[in-house]
This record gives sequence, structure tokens and C-alpha cells, in this order.
Amino acid sequence: MSTDSRELEKLTGGDYKYGFVTDIEADTVPKGLSEDVIRMISAKKREPQWLLDWRLKAYSRWLKMTEPHWAFAHYPPIDYQDISYYSAPKTTDGPKSLDEVDPELLATYEKLGIPLKEQELLAGVAVDAVFDSVSVATTFKGKLNDLGIIFCSFSEAVQEHPELVRKYLGSVVPINDNFYAALNSAVFTDGSFVFIPKGVRCPMELSTYFRINSLGTGQFERTLIVADERASVSYLEGCTAPMRDENQLHAAVVELIALDDAQIKYSTVQNWYPGDKEGKGGIYNFVTKRGKCAGVNSKISWTQVETGSAITWKYPSCILQGDNSVGEFYSVAVTNNRQQADTGTKMIHIGKNTRSTIVSKGISAGQGQNTYRGLVKIMKNADGARNYSQCDSMLMGDRCGAHTFPYIENDNDTGQIEHEATTSRIGEDQIFYCNQRGINAEDAVNMIVNGFCKEVFRELPMEFAVEAQKLLGISLEGSVG
Amino acid sequence: MLEIRNLHARVEGNEILKGINLRVNPGEIHAIMGPNGSGKSTLAGVLAGKDLYEVTEGEVLYRGRNLLEMDPDVRACEGVFMAFQYPVEIPGVSNTYFLKAALNAIRKYRGENEYDAVDFLSLVKDKMKLVEMDPSFLNRPVNDGFSGGEKKRNEILQMAVLDPVLSILDETDSGLDIDALRIVANGVNALHNEENAAIVVTHYQRLLNYIIPDFVHVLVDGRIAKSGDKELAFQLEEQGYDWAKDLHQPAPEAV
Repeated sequence: MSTDSRELEKLTGGDYKYGFVTDIEADTVPKGLSEDVIRMISAKKREPQWLLDWRLKAYSRWLKMTEPHWAFAHYPPIDYQDISYYSAPKTTDGPKSLDEVDPELLATYEKLGIPLKEQELLAGVAVDAVFDSVSVATTFKGKLNDLGIIFCSFSEAVQEHPELVRKYLGSVVPINDNFYAALNSAVFTDGSFVFIPKGVRCPMELSTYFRINSLGTGQFERTLIVADERASVSYLEGCTAPMRDENQLHAAVVELIALDDAQIKYSTVQNWYPGDKEGKGGIYNFVTKRGKCAGVNSKISWTQVETGSAITWKYPSCILQGDNSVGEFYSVAVTNNRQQADTGTKMIHIGKNTRSTIVSKGISAGQGQNTYRGLVKIMKNADGARNYSQCDSMLMGDRCGAHTFPYIENDNDTGQIEHEATTSRIGEDQIFYCNQRGINAEDAVNMIVNGFCKEVFRELPMEFAVEAQKLLGISLEGSVG
Repeated sequence: MLEIRNLHARVEGNEILKGINLRVNPGEIHAIMGPNGSGKSTLAGVLAGKDLYEVTEGEVLYRGRNLLEMDPDVRACEGVFMAFQYPVEIPGVSNTYFLKAALNAIRKYRGENEYDAVDFLSLVKDKMKLVEMDPSFLNRPVNDGFSGGEKKRNEILQMAVLDPVLSILDETDSGLDIDALRIVANGVNALHNEENAAIVVTHYQRLLNYIIPDFVHVLVDGRIAKSGDKELAFQLEEQGYDWAKDLHQPAPEAV
């Protein structure tokens, strides 16, 4: 190994900052999955019959499906009977206000850097915090209420707005879409629901913070965001998980629906526990995210910064159904130590003059494996559809890998598809140049990597961009001496 | 300020520097000339701390301290600056950001207050006049998409902002047209004073019409074959390096 590579290895010393466990009594169902468990979950949540039926249908489909293994990732078989499918902090009724929330819980959020109380007063960010499976606190409800905006936990939406949930749930990601989506549909416990009524621009960033706490629980959250005609919303999702030796499964489903002239911007900073240096522990992040530009002139934009998880398997996608609709995907994925990421997007052009942009930045360090997998499909009637894709990979050291699988299917002669891809090694020359100007190696790497990701970071809301840059620094700490 | 004693260095097993001796005092400009492959850039690289080069013998004292023991960033913080022959591109990182990070890293090392954005900008804008650069260039990524001349001017701008004690200019004249050459040389001259020193590495005499050296050293096959004043540069220009090669008598091998 060259000196450079050895120095690169050094950086892997970064410890997981969010690896604390909150000691709260939890209401957890026994491990294992069966119809009874699903009935129990549904009953605990006092769900209507149609939702229970929907779950059971998903379960029966899931039983017939097999786990997909086409991703460029290697891991031992998952025992789905060894997972507990429901865990809720033990309180009798849902809290009415922050004062009723367990102080330990609030302290956890403080450690995560999201003091709800402060946020409520100062930040102007409405937070729907998901702790394990149940949403514990929702802020800013009043102000949003006045505008007719619904922003609440999924369970609450099921009780309060069943007609909306029933209309849109599964309309973008059907229950039999894939193995993990089917599993989620059967056992999902909570998540967030957003509805922006006609002509309303949501005046603040809506934010959810997901965190997996209990031992041996999978987190199966479900997010559904609907922007009615001419509505717009920007939604932020951040995720962390405590350190555990075993692998925890996270199989979420996110569905976005944009009607005529509506816009949805969905930003994720994912920092689940990645496992230790030898690859022990860490989250399996198998997520289905999909948006439907159902209306004309609608727009859905995904931005993701993926620094955590042992394995990431996700492809936030856009179905561009309305004419002139726009889909965007901006992604930074970092794999260090033994992390594996297989991520990308699908842009399905159905309507006329639909446009899509894909910018993907993969960074591999240690023995990390980073795969971009994307599909651009232009259907027969999508006259004048255009796509631009750019996939850049950066390698640090000589034991990591970058892989690119861009799939293109064009069934319309007027379609235009551009694809650019680069792979670079973080240059000894670049680091030396910075050193020669007085900048130490670690700061140099941070600067170079952040420069590499700039096109994605500038799509993030300001506070998130700052957090993302810090996270990138933490994730790559020790990769360069 | 700088004392190089019997410096030997090799690259991938090949000995390039075979016993360099050189003394540089404050206020002096030294030109190092020599044919291709004589070891000019190796010497510059060793002084800056590039780890491609392995020092096998000799020592380098910089202000009385062992330069070779310092990491490259420490050397920079101690005031050693190298203008690169091939400045490196850093996509996505703006010139302003890079320069400010560099300046503040050095100031922090020296226990000085870090510049805020306002102070920094006024400093940079002032220094930019030296190299006749348009302010718009501050927002462009470091050397990314720059022409050869712009890259070299950018090196001199960095030198002006970081205000080094010892500057090493590695073939800064290569690839420059006459206007760019003049701008770069003017910048170097304006920055020169009695406290600092420069080592100008060049293949051609041309640059020395603009930057007048106090001493000229001819490097041949890893050793300084001849030293003199600026007249030596003219002699070289007229008679070529073959003449200088003849000056060089290889020392008998030690047994």
C-alpha cells in the first residue's frame, strides 16, 4: 500500500457521535411476524377495518415475494422472524403538548441537536419527531392549521383525515411494488403525513427527525406528502440511530404526490449508525421513495445526503406523468470502512415535454463500496422529454470501490438523454497543494470533498447544508492523515 | 535564512540531487537554472516537502531549524511558499474560500487573529491589483478552467496574500506569454523586500530580464556546477547549457 493510502486509512478513526441509547420504557411486541402481529399493531393504533385489510393484503403478497439480491451489496440473510415490528415509548395517551413529553426523550433530541422547544420558538421549523415508531411531538401545528396545512403523524392522519389517507396511500408505491415496500405496507407503525391545500405555499420547512432507539426493532415508517394544485412545500428528513452490535432493518416507504402546478422538495440527511470499522452492526437501510408528478407543470425534487447505514438501498424516483412536469435528483452518498451503498434514481417520463435532472456524487473511502444505479425511461407518448444525468465518483485510498449502472430506455424519437460520468481519486497532488498553503490534510480533504459535492449541497436548505457538510467531515474523519 | 548542506534526494530509487549546497540570506533573490532533468524541480519539491522525494543525505536549515522534519503544512505556516509549475485544480472550491482558509490556517498557527470575511476581501482585492486580476475570478473554483497564464497569476496572488518569508517559484515562467510574464514578474518584484527571499527556478534566462537575481546557480546533474551573478544567466543564454555541462567535473566516486 502506498503512503497515501495508509494515510487515507487513518481517517477511519471517526467515532459515531450519535451512539447513545435512551433509557425509556418501551411498549414492544414480541419478535416475529404473522397475521396476528399485524392485527395487534392495527388494533393498538385503533385503525379502521379498511387499513387492516390493506395491511393483510400486503402481508399475503409479501409472503409470496423473495428478497431482492440484485443490489451490489453483500450481507448475511435477514431473519424476519427475529425482528420486533412494533416499539412505542410507554405513555398512555399521545402527548398534547411538549410539556407532556418524557424529558428523557427531549434530552435525546437535544443530543441530536434538535431542541424542539427552542425550535418551536426560534427556528421556524415545524418538527414531527418520530421516536422509534410513534410520533411523539408535533410543533407549529397551530400556524399551519390556519393555512389549512395538515402536518401530523401518520397514525393521527388515519384517525383525523381517513379519506385523504385512503385516497393516496399506495397510489405511488403499490403494496406489491417490491419486497421491502410490501413488508412496510404490512407492518408500518408510524411516520408523517402532509397535505398542502390548493394554492398554498407552505411558509416554513417541514421537518421530521427519525431515530431508531430500541434494541432489535425494525423501523418501518411511512410518509405521505400530497401537494394539491398550485401548492408547494419543502420537507426535510434527518435520521440517526444508536450504536448496536446487531444489524437493524429500516424499511421505509415515502410517497409524494404533486398535482397541477404543485411543487415538492424533499431533502434527506441520513446518518444511521454505519457499523464499526470491521463492519459489525449498523443499519440496513432498504427504502422505497417515489414521487408522482400527477399534474401538469408539477415538480418533484429529491435531495439526499447519505453518510450513514451499513447498507443503503434506495432509489428516490419520479414518475413524470403530467405534461411539462419536472423531476430532480441530487445525491451525495458516502461509504467508509465497510459501508455499502447502492443508490440512484428512476425518472419515468410519461407526459409530454417532461424534464429530469440527475446529479449523483459518490464518495468511497476505507473498504466502502458505492454504486450508482439509475434508470431513465422515456415512454412512447412523452414527446420532447429531456434528461440530463451526471454521475461522479470519488475514491479515497485503494481498497474501496465505485460502480455505475446507468440504464436508459427511450421509446420516443424526440427524447433527449445526456449522461456524463467521471471517476476520480482524491489527489495526493490536491492535498499537497492545500498543505503547501498551510491547510492540514484533514481540512484539505474536507474542502476537496465538499467542493466535489457542491452542486448537491446548494440544493439543500441552508441549515441542512451546514449540517451535511459537518456530517461529511465526521464520516470521513481519519481517512486521511 | 536557508542553508542547504550536501543535500541528496531520490525519486523511486533514482538519485536526482547529488550534493546541493546553497545559502540564502534575507533580501536575496537566487535563480536556479539548468537543463531539463538536472534536478531543479526536485530541489523545489524537497524544500516544499513533497513526499514523492526521499532525502538520503544532507540537511536543510530554515531559520536555524531542521526544515526536513516539518510537515508540508507546517513549512507553509512557517513562511515557506512554493509557486507550482502546474497549479492543481480543486473543483467546487472557490478561490475566496481556499485563500481565506489558507490565510487563516497560517495566522492561527502564528497565534494571530483570524480574518473575517470583510477584512479578508479588502486584503485580497488590494493584492489582486498586483497581478491585474478581475474580482470576478474570486468566485471561480480554484484553478478550474483557468488558462495557463491565469493559473500562474493566481499563484502569485496567493503568494501576495500569504506573505511568505521564503518563496520558491518553480518554472513560473513556463507557458507564459510576454504580457503574463511581465505581470507575474512585477508581482514578484513588488512583494520582494529586505526581510524575505526568493528562489526562482527557471529553464530560460527570459524571466530574469524582469526579476533581477542577486545570484545565479547552474544546476547540472544534481549538483550546482557554477554560481555567479546575473551575468552568468546571459552567458548561459548565449552559450547554452552544453557549455555549463563542460564546467561540471564529476567528483570521484568514494570507495
